[in-house]
Amino acid sequence: MDLIEIDNLFFRRGERVIFDGLSMRIPKGRITAIMGPSGTGKTTLLRIIGGQLKPDSGSVKVDGVDVCSLSRKGLFELRRRMGMLFQSSALFTDLSVFENVAFPLRLHTDIDDDVIRDLSLMKLNAVGLRGARDLMPSQLSGGMARRVALARAIALDPDLLMYDEPFTGQDPIAMGVVLSLIKSLNDALGTTSVLVSHDIHETISIADQIFVISDGQVIGSGTPAELQQHNSERIRQFMNGLPDGPVPFHYPADDLRFDLLGGDA
Amino acid sequence: MRIRMIEITVGAFMLAGILALAFLAIRVSGVNLDRSDDVYRVTAVFDDVAGLRVRAKVSMSGVTLGRVSAIEIDTEFGEALVTMELNSSAGEISNDAGAQILTEGILGARYVGLVPGGSDEPFVDGDVIDSSNTQGALVIEKLVGDLVTRLGA
Amino acid sequence: MIRYLRLLGQSALGFLESLGRASMMWGLAIWGLPKRGDFSILVKQIYHIGVLSLVIIGLSAFSIGAVIALQFYTQLFRFGAQDTVGLGLALVLLRELGPVVTALLFAGRAGSAITAEISLMKTTDQLAAMEMMGIDPLQRVVAPRLWAGLLCLPMLTAVFNVVAIWGGSIVAVDWLGADRESYWALMKDGVLLWDDLVLGMTKSVVFAIVVTWIAVFQGYNSEPTAEGIGLATTRTVVVSSVAVLALDFLMTLVMYGDFQ
Repeated sequence: MDLIEIDNLFFRRGERVIFDGLSMRIPKGRITAIMGPSGTGKTTLLRIIGGQLKPDSGSVKVDGVDVCSLSRKGLFELRRRMGMLFQSSALFTDLSVFENVAFPLRLHTDIDDDVIRDLSLMKLNAVGLRGARDLMPSQLSGGMARRVALARAIALDPDLLMYDEPFTGQDPIAMGVVLSLIKSLNDALGTTSVLVSHDIHETISIADQIFVISDGQVIGSGTPAELQQHNSERIRQFMNGLPDGPVPFHYPADDLRFDLLGGDA
Repeated sequence: MRIRMIEITVGAFMLAGILALAFLAIRVSGVNLDRSDDVYRVTAVFDDVAGLRVRAKVSMSGVTLGRVSAIEIDTEFGEALVTMELNSSAGEISNDAGAQILTEGILGARYVGLVPGGSDEPFVDGDVIDSSNTQGALVIEKLVGDLVTRLGA
Repeated sequence: MIRYLRLLGQSALGFLESLGRASMMWGLAIWGLPKRGDFSILVKQIYHIGVLSLVIIGLSAFSIGAVIALQFYTQLFRFGAQDTVGLGLALVLLRELGPVVTALLFAGRAGSAITAEISLMKTTDQLAAMEMMGIDPLQRVVAPRLWAGLLCLPMLTAVFNVVAIWGGSIVAVDWLGADRESYWALMKDGVLLWDDLVLGMTKSVVFAIVVTWIAVFQGYNSEPTAEGIGLATTRTVVVSSVAVLALDFLMTLVMYGDFQ
């Protein structure tokens, strides 16, 4: 059973083509990773799934509902069933840690303050930060902020959790914490997790399935083990972290010699 | 605690704003709350109302009785019809009073001055002061013109 | 030639597009408040937008009132009309200076803060995070600021006028020795409720709509970079100041234009 079905997706930003006929199926209840070199539009893909960006053509279905054709109201309804962890954590800087986690509960449910308090503390406990409830976001380290953001993302027990580069900019310990949290949350809540990253080792260690995208298309998919043995040179280059290969090290440019000898600036 | 402080100052701010508005209405623009705006209209016919404006004040012996509400021209006789709204609360004014166009100071605004009459009957709504009983505006240019003509003769 | 024509067309289209987006935002935000009307966010915004502007408004009002009274007094004294200082001051304030100066100060003090706050929230993905939670930032972030601005600017204008008239009385009456009774009595006699107070406050309401709208729109549509925040903040102050001055001229023409 697939939670997300993406078919023939085209998306252009200005003159640049980001997605060029991309299709993928994301299964329910598993951890799916979307990998690729930076700048391939991984974050853009998450935003399209969440309906924040509209594709030029193609269809994106979440649980059978076409995201692109939803009204503003319908979209907000659908998003209540999604949680997203932003790369920047995106905590509300004017609210305390506790209020950040309680925020979606307060706005989307009619439950009593006491219950909201208990629920929020439980979510904070799940990420190990129950003791930090009264701190303001500016007092948190990057790793702690991300864990608070995670607690906020799971506050409404979403069906779909999206992680945007959850490992970037974290020290090794914090990275380990986030890794085990993603894994355990997925197992405990039965959530479908979609994770966007270019950190190969961490991703391999938790993902059930990986899509590698490049040049706006899926160039390979499968389990981590399958991909590492893939017969395409591009995928092996990426999975093994080689600097140069079919995915070029250089941004497309004129010949260096020509440039240095003073072509046209 | 901090939230409470904010709420209190916001409350004080709104109160200050409303009080300021009330002050402007009552002390500055002189709205009288306890007076029902009971007025009656009297029209005066003038030969010349140069410089008189709608909303100019109407007074008698220096006491303001009301305001000018409309200035129109009677095309048939070429006379100006000045409609005045007089406050009932100012008391009754005998219906043979005259009207003049006066100036506050030398350069000040034009206003209508009523000249007390002797009749026992008071003005009622719709009364007219005819042109035999009114004196129009003194137009300085006209006076100077007259003077020059007279000196020349 | 064709190029310039194209450029003109482009900028006209761009202008219309942003006008359209701004109107849509305005509409969505204005209808947004009553639902889940979390009263406390509105109170907090009134605090930030209104209460914190009070000091600068009060100081400016006092000194402007005092200075105008001083100038009027020295000129009117030559005609022996120094008692009409209060009247002249009140008319100038209620009709023009009160609404205009308050709106300009408001744009600099509160408008720029609104823009900076919203664009920073945008830069740090807070608005996107809200959207992804199924919470409309137009309702949650934009609407309370619009309403607070709409409420605060007329209030601040009234406070400005009162403080300035009081400042004028301190200079003209207490210091220079105009007659206290005449200062207030002539003012009361000459100032009209409708022509002066109500029309002046109408201006203020129009300015409130325009300035907060510009501030919120610039924040919401800013480029999500450090440079973008700075640019948006500056643009709020410049655009809303120009808009206030231009609108004031137009409204003065319409309101007081029939010079018989």
